[in-house]
Amino acid sequence: MSKARVLVGTKKGAFILTADGKRQKWEVSGPYFAGWEIYHLKGSPVDPNRLYASQTSGWFGQIIQRSDDGGKTWFQPGTPPGEQATAPGGMPQGESNKFVYDSSPETGKPLTTHKWYDGSQHPWEFKRVWHLEPSLTDPNMVYAGVEDAALFVSRDGGKNWKEVAGLRGHGTGPQWQPGAGGLGLHTILLDPKNHNRMYIAISAAGAFRTDDGGKTWKPINKGLRSPYLPDQDAEIGHCVHRIALHPSRPDVVFMQKHWDVMRTDNAGDQWREVSGNLPTDFGFVIDVHAHEPETIYVVPIKSDGEHFPPEGKLRVYRSRTGGNEWEALTKGLPQQHCYVDVLRDAMAVDSFDPCGVYFGTTGGQVYASADDGDSWAPIVRDLPAVLSVEVQTVR
Amino acid sequence: MIRVVIPAHLRTLAHVEGDVTLEVASPVTVRSVLDALEARYPMLRGTIRDHVTLERRPFLRFFACEEDFSLESPDVPLPEAVVSGKEPFFIIGAIAGG
Repeated sequence: MSKARVLVGTKKGAFILTADGKRQKWEVSGPYFAGWEIYHLKGSPVDPNRLYASQTSGWFGQIIQRSDDGGKTWFQPGTPPGEQATAPGGMPQGESNKFVYDSSPETGKPLTTHKWYDGSQHPWEFKRVWHLEPSLTDPNMVYAGVEDAALFVSRDGGKNWKEVAGLRGHGTGPQWQPGAGGLGLHTILLDPKNHNRMYIAISAAGAFRTDDGGKTWKPINKGLRSPYLPDQDAEIGHCVHRIALHPSRPDVVFMQKHWDVMRTDNAGDQWREVSGNLPTDFGFVIDVHAHEPETIYVVPIKSDGEHFPPEGKLRVYRSRTGGNEWEALTKGLPQQHCYVDVLRDAMAVDSFDPCGVYFGTTGGQVYASADDGDSWAPIVRDLPAVLSVEVQTVR
Repeated sequence: MIRVVIPAHLRTLAHVEGDVTLEVASPVTVRSVLDALEARYPMLRGTIRDHVTLERRPFLRFFACEEDFSLESPDVPLPEAVVSGKEPFFIIGAIAGG
């Protein structure tokens, strides 16, 4: 029987929520990695039982965890119990938590600094993995978006990580500047029709695209306007919060920017605003319906200074026209005294019909809709602050 | 045998309960203790000190015999009471809370 498996990362551990295709009765398991920040978990589209998790801590740094049984058991892929700590030559084995920036001469442009908050240059320092994006074709291949912003890839199931150095090396890296939450590479979109094409987004550098499998990259921020920049139309420096696409139409990409909801119809070469009648166009999440490429969802947040829903009413907004015309979805969501936030990686859709939509809040609720967003119910109400939500449709 | 007390989260990662005991060749220093700890429990690499620079992570401290070795050279010999196993070597996480 098909089931929905929702992977929830929180400030204090991971949780897995499962239900059958009706998505009415849920089982909750966890916390996994209790006490640690779990920035993101995601499953392989090729092998749904292969899950990757980013486990992180201000004290102990970054750990990558992997499950090969759908989340029942986990291990650090570089160092499973019993494995030798050193290779035959005496060199240390690769560990799953080793993320080292590539400053080799082969990259041509070894980078050591980026722009700091005050405009000075600051050393590039690895802090954590924000987002894990498993390959669409190979369960052992997974990308990691990290802070300070860079893209890494593992081709051996998370044991060893290598920077995709062309991104930081393409030329604008020294001008990248962190947003309030850090200089994080938070979104990775893989084009299902063109395996050489990939989009990524960085706060607060903007969106970037490769058309050659990661060797070369270019900023794709034309059409974005950001009043906090000295040049509002600058090539980079825009605080992109999230981008999303529908797999049937990967040239169309939707964006929730710091302010403004945007779309492009030509793979990012030009963006246009589609905020339309939203009560506020500030927010973090954006996602696309599984079966309707023009149906998109956002959760408006009052402002960058007040990270909660306007009027204390938690509303998902849906557009069935690819933007501009939006309707509030409120059934089952709190419509008074609600002051939670919904962070950028905390919305997902399943591929059932009708489409299921899920999002998590900083108040610890995970809401689910099994009817395209028409009505909502909390799966859980009292988790730690939710950092990420992903869903798998397991058949 | 050297006794090492590690934070609860690292015990979970290393799949151990209570103190860790290690054989450490002389001279016994912070560096040699950490080398032995990471060799025995490779999943702890990167969690106590940086992979590349081997610098102590900022929110961790090293204590032994009521002394703070955090800012000492990692090659300073540890007290005889640690070498003999009478006293443990402590890896302590910074206090944080509301």
